[in-house]
Amino acid sequence: MTNQSKDVVKGKTPSLYPVKTKAQVSIIFIVILGFYFFSMFWTQREMVGGFGDSLGNMFTVIGKFFPPNLSVIPAILEPMAQTIQMAIVATTCAAILTVPLALMSAQNITTFKPLYYATRTLMNILRTIPDLVLAVIFVGLFGIGVLPGILALFIFSLGILAKLISETIESVDMNPLEAMRASGGNVFQVIFFGLVPQVLPQFTSFVLYVFEINIRASVVLGLVGAGGIGLVLNQQLGFYNYQNAMAIIVLIFVVVIVIEYISNKLREALI
Amino acid sequence: MIQFKDVGLVYPNGTEGLKNVNVTINDGEFVVIVGLSGAGKSTFIRSINRLVTPTKGSLLVDNEDILSYRSGELRKLRTKVGMIFQNYNLVKRSNVLKNVLAGRLGHTGTLRSILNLYKKEDVGLAYESLQRVNISEKIYNRADELSGGQQQRVSIARVLTQKPGYILADEPVASLDPPTSHQVMSYLKKINKEDNITTIVNLHFIDMAMEYADRIIGMRAGEVVFDGPVSEVNEKTFEEIYGRSIREDDLRGGADES
Repeated sequence: MTNQSKDVVKGKTPSLYPVKTKAQVSIIFIVILGFYFFSMFWTQREMVGGFGDSLGNMFTVIGKFFPPNLSVIPAILEPMAQTIQMAIVATTCAAILTVPLALMSAQNITTFKPLYYATRTLMNILRTIPDLVLAVIFVGLFGIGVLPGILALFIFSLGILAKLISETIESVDMNPLEAMRASGGNVFQVIFFGLVPQVLPQFTSFVLYVFEINIRASVVLGLVGAGGIGLVLNQQLGFYNYQNAMAIIVLIFVVVIVIEYISNKLREALI
Repeated sequence: MIQFKDVGLVYPNGTEGLKNVNVTINDGEFVVIVGLSGAGKSTFIRSINRLVTPTKGSLLVDNEDILSYRSGELRKLRTKVGMIFQNYNLVKRSNVLKNVLAGRLGHTGTLRSILNLYKKEDVGLAYESLQRVNISEKIYNRADELSGGQQQRVSIARVLTQKPGYILADEPVASLDPPTSHQVMSYLKKINKEDNITTIVNLHFIDMAMEYADRIIGMRAGEVVFDGPVSEVNEKTFEEIYGRSIREDDLRGGADES
């Protein structure tokens, strides 16, 4: 009896995964590890001075940022507000336009294949353009200011939102929608009654999340002339006013933290 | 009156859902369709409100061939044919009252329903329907807070609110325990008698079919193999329908417990 069970343990215990899967996963793992080693080796060779001097430099540069010149804060409140406004306008417009786009790029709602593929492709193209590139293009088109920033953020967040929300729509429970259709509802009624209640919490959560991203992104966009606090930050860095720049960074930091805190609280309440 | 005339249905993947079905269902009847799973019961029921579309023959509801219907007519057909599902198909995040009001969608304009501007009568009707299935105290609960039996009662209330001429029930008790199953079937039967609504129910439990049906239709492999009043049915009939001897799990039991 004991012998038998020992035999089972020794010879016949099946492995948790099939041998083939195991081999595949191992190979992928080794290849990725190889990539890491290769790039480690390569970047070491390409780095100009190595880490040698940079550490000393770092302390000198960081030293110049301190103490932050907090007296400039009243003056930069307006561009900061502008940055937040840019994010709000862009996020709101994107959230509204996302609704039809997300519906059209959800396979379970848009059963007409060509439309589905067309919107999917459009979304993919939108998402592949980095926000910074969009900002550079729009600054070129409209000149330095808030408008190019808003447009860049709008297109950028539209790409993310439509993708996230169309995927939420695709994972929805289709049974209630069938029931609505069976009781004679038309397409709009089916969507509003069967679908909207199911995706509304995620929708709100994603919009808040994209709003947070937009606040941070709009700072970076300012660097290429798309308005807001980033523009001022870029100027101060250009004039080597590191202490002013530090004050701006501190302000951005505080604002981002506050906004994230608020939207996190909102999200918790929603889901 | 529902008339199937030589109805056949072949699914796009080649499966034959229905073969040469000829059935007439009169107004006010309580018909139970029995058969093993895959026998075509669901296809039969779903053809009547065109959730699936037969590929052959003609299907008459109130003397009109519904197979030629397009979107507008289809919605009109569906407002008079209510449906109950195995998985209740409620919107889990919405409250009970809103789920029940969904039964009025076909009667309500798009804008009105989207803005939640239901007519007072409609809300009253919804509340009345909930009272009829004894669940009116739960109107503001979210649907997913209810038990399976309660959810199925809400879905019955939704169908009642629709004021249908026909009720189709696709395995309404398959996910419920025996006492709850009998409760749900009793409500369906009561509604059938009180409102004279023609009711067609899919079941695979023999004892329940015998207890509640006026008439039994047996299906096997997409064909109607038996059609007759419940008085003509005995265990032998079921063995013929199922093509095998009757087993324990073909019975729901628990009629006394409820």
